[in-house]
Amino acid sequence: MEHNIWLYILVMAGVSYLIRAVPLVLIRREITNKTVRSFLYYVPYVTLSVMTFPAILEATQSPWSGLAALVVGILMAWWGRSLFQVAVGSCLVVLVAELFLV
Amino acid sequence: METNRTCLRNGVRDGLPIALGYFAVSFTLGIAARNAGFSPLQALLASVTNNASAGEYAAFAIIAAGGTYWEVAVMTLIANARYLLMSCALSQKLAADTPLRHRMLLAYDVTDEIFGISVARPGKLNPWYTYGAMLVAIPGWGLGTFLGVVLGNILPLRLVSALSVGLYGMFLAIVIPPARHSRVIAGLVAVSFALSFVVSSWEALAAVSSGVKTIVLTVVISLAAALLFPVKEEDGNGA
Repeated sequence: MEHNIWLYILVMAGVSYLIRAVPLVLIRREITNKTVRSFLYYVPYVTLSVMTFPAILEATQSPWSGLAALVVGILMAWWGRSLFQVAVGSCLVVLVAELFLV
Repeated sequence: METNRTCLRNGVRDGLPIALGYFAVSFTLGIAARNAGFSPLQALLASVTNNASAGEYAAFAIIAAGGTYWEVAVMTLIANARYLLMSCALSQKLAADTPLRHRMLLAYDVTDEIFGISVARPGKLNPWYTYGAMLVAIPGWGLGTFLGVVLGNILPLRLVSALSVGLYGMFLAIVIPPARHSRVIAGLVAVSFALSFVVSSWEALAAVSSGVKTIVLTVVISLAAALLFPVKEEDGNGA
């Protein structure tokens, strides 16, 4: 069966939007349950951490340059560098490290 | 109280680095789109209507393999399910009387980074701040994907490799600063890294997609943390 790329895009877009819109539209009141509040408070930190490691090791040509980017990124963020500085810093580390590693 | 205009301007300011990062990341996404048979325009449309890195990657891979619409729908759902959690969390950052049109518009671009900077705002969220960030981030995301299809593999591998960690650098810039002030968050980041490493290298789980692993780990770890370390009201409101 021949598939239509425009239809694929429609399916992807529809699902992606509904996932985000349903909670925002339906949850109108402040949630008072302490456990639920705490859960939602922790979600972003956990999910971003889970996505970062070990994926960062596989994103580069050598796992060592990915590891170097991770360490430098953590240090820069710890020292209060901005989002942009941390992102660019990690990229530069990989660029330099792979001059030697690859 | 900041005016809507100030919030919009601050959003644009904080959205710019995200847009640059998006541009780099979506460039590699464009290469995946091209492999799935997308024209530059189709890839652009897919990106500005999805605004999802992992979700788009996963969908492009299935389309490249000739998958059905249902498979694409289910994969998009799984790879993007974390946004469901983020939207729940974001709903708590909004004043209860935030009108429907703002809720529907904000929903359009709940991404890891836009969500990250939005929840990091002190107090309740003024939607205009997020709109400012969206205004620059979405074009960056779309344009990068477009150019990824057009330029394909012209960019040297070395450069693509370097650019691909930009996304993770942004994640670190969101999770590490609060970890410095809260021992619980610092511990959570460490535990998340460790468990994510275990789960991803576990042979028995090789067939499970990384999207599913991310969801399960997020729910399990966050729930455990919520039960063990319930957030005190004063921390819960600000962050």
